[in-house]
Amino acid sequence: MIRTPLRPLARILDARAKGENPDAIERENIRLRGEATRDRERLRAEGRLLMMGLFFLAAFVTVGARMGTLAAAQPEEPQLSEAAPAIIAQRADITDREGRVLATNLVTHALYAQPPMMVDPERTAEKLVKIFPDLDHDRLVKDFTGTRKFVWIKKKISPEQMQDVHDIGDPGLLFGPREMRLYPNGSLAAHILGGARFGNEGVNSAEIVGTAGVEKAFDGWLRDPANGGAPLKLSIDLTIQSALEEILAGGMKLMNAKGATAILMEVQTGEIVAMASLPDFDPNDRPAPLTKGDASDSPLFNRAVQGVYELGSTFKIFAVAQAMELGLVNPSTMVATASPMRVGKFKIHDFHNYGPQLSVTDVIVESSNVGTARIVQMIGPERQREFLTRMGFVEPTQVELGEAPTGRPIVPAKWSDISAMTIGYGHGLSASPLHLAAAYATIANGGRRVTPTLVHDIGHQPGERVVSEDVARRTMGMMRAVVSRGTASFADVKGYQVAGKTGTADKAKPTGGYYKDKVIATFAGAFPATDPKYVLVLSLDEASTYAAGETRRTAGWTAVPVAGEVIRRVGPLLGLRPEEGPTELAGIQLVKAKLGH
Amino acid sequence: MRTLIYLATALAVMGLAFWAYRVNYETQDRLGDLRTINREIASLHEGLGVLGAEWAYLNRPDRLRELVNMNFTRVPLLPLAPEQFGTAAQVAYPAPEVADDLPLGEPIDVIATGIDANTPANAPAVEEGQ
Repeated sequence: MIRTPLRPLARILDARAKGENPDAIERENIRLRGEATRDRERLRAEGRLLMMGLFFLAAFVTVGARMGTLAAAQPEEPQLSEAAPAIIAQRADITDREGRVLATNLVTHALYAQPPMMVDPERTAEKLVKIFPDLDHDRLVKDFTGTRKFVWIKKKISPEQMQDVHDIGDPGLLFGPREMRLYPNGSLAAHILGGARFGNEGVNSAEIVGTAGVEKAFDGWLRDPANGGAPLKLSIDLTIQSALEEILAGGMKLMNAKGATAILMEVQTGEIVAMASLPDFDPNDRPAPLTKGDASDSPLFNRAVQGVYELGSTFKIFAVAQAMELGLVNPSTMVATASPMRVGKFKIHDFHNYGPQLSVTDVIVESSNVGTARIVQMIGPERQREFLTRMGFVEPTQVELGEAPTGRPIVPAKWSDISAMTIGYGHGLSASPLHLAAAYATIANGGRRVTPTLVHDIGHQPGERVVSEDVARRTMGMMRAVVSRGTASFADVKGYQVAGKTGTADKAKPTGGYYKDKVIATFAGAFPATDPKYVLVLSLDEASTYAAGETRRTAGWTAVPVAGEVIRRVGPLLGLRPEEGPTELAGIQLVKAKLGH
Repeated sequence: MRTLIYLATALAVMGLAFWAYRVNYETQDRLGDLRTINREIASLHEGLGVLGAEWAYLNRPDRLRELVNMNFTRVPLLPLAPEQFGTAAQVAYPAPEVADDLPLGEPIDVIATGIDANTPANAPAVEEGQ
């Protein structure tokens, strides 16, 4: 910067020459310089003021905006939607077909401890053992005084126990909310419901996982919150299930049986109205599965679905139905029945000799093994195998139970002529009672395949045709004859026109061969015969009864009377009206009951 | 005129601000109510679940069977049997009404005497003697 000198020599000399005071020039220059400095200073000050002003403005705007947002905003985290439906995170209920609760949830608490927060671990352990006698005192003391930071004590506790724990008053004892699965009806329909246990556990919640039965088969569905808490409606009817279980338990005791199972199924839809397997268990307190020995000895074993048995003479119906379908026989065709029948080195025996020949109807009514074997001979193994496959006897049933895939029928590896004959009268092929019920329902349904299901009202499609309507009707006629004048006469419940077939199969030894004095007695049937609505399969394991002077094991004396009682009891409950008119109440006068006196 | 417009605008802005502020707080109150109600619904749901479970537990067939057995002398209930289905023809026509507490052994005056004409025809005659 070029500084202007205060006394520029040229002007001084000039002024001196003119006789002026050169100091005036200096003063003038000082004044100019002062003014320039002043202007500069003012500009700087004005700039500072502007900055200050802007700063304050920004500060006030910030404070104001913040106040505005605080006034307008809500003191909480933003949410996606305010109108979220009430949390239904719990597992869906299971109900019967009328909406009666079979399984529900109950809120309870789990007890855990955080030992670092404990005041007096030893006293706490002592008091806890007083409340829960099953806890181990030394173990608790060790857990509480050791290095552990977190200890589960009890998975489920009752409100009373919770209060007792509160009364201990130790800050290290804490509760976590829990939902537990409750089966209010106890052991009723235990095998169908199965059971549930806790899966992954956290402090604030625990997932419930189905372990068996429908709880396992529908685990994903029951847990899906998208269902909005809608219950799973089973095809079971609580009342009928209860009546069936009561009679079955009584029958099992009366017939000295080791186990029993019964299935009651709707013919048209395949919906299982009641299904029981005894002995049973309480799903609220599911026993541990057997680790050794025969699985079928455990009460957890579902005989109706998992148990595959040779079902004996109940299979004869299929041979006869197929022979009629193929046009080989009709109900009055005569079949040779001289016993024993020789096939190669095998002999086929009847219970007793029925004479040289019987009509096809009488083969079924008298339950002749030889007659059936002759009919199967006409059919041949290939066609028999194909027919039984279409009836569903080769694959496990598709019923919605966790155990269903384990009920795989045992079919002979080589379907020879002789195995075809034995299968014809129910030996050599093992299937579950549910398979049998589905196959009988197929015949009762006019020959259209029926698939068993446990879910109510899911729009059943009519199945493929297995036998013609006419053959199905004539087969039903034969089964009606079995009950009205044959081996199943104890099941002839007046008015319900029961049709059915008995089956007494020698029990197969696990080591091969058959037991001499152990049988599976089965009754399979449908009612009413003219328009079948329900199919009943009832099977007793190792049943025997002392009647008419001797010990009897045949189904006609064991399974059939129990089945008859079942039909007598559940018929009215199913809303079925007996065909024949009510009996005249001779000598009894109807009176108006006087109640409330 | 210009002043008036400015003044009106300023007043309108203040008015709208006040309205928005009020509506905002009202909305927040409503949302709070909604949350309370939702919580209440959830707790009622839980209660309903407990009551449903209790109802199912008290109505379980085992217990009902026990109760029937215990009270058989008072209420004799038996399982439904096929014989109990009747036909419409079996249902008797209702009997003509007779007073329930008719004292037995006391003849009824068919032709009642001493009733004045004003008594309605369906008035029970036996009331007279009691």
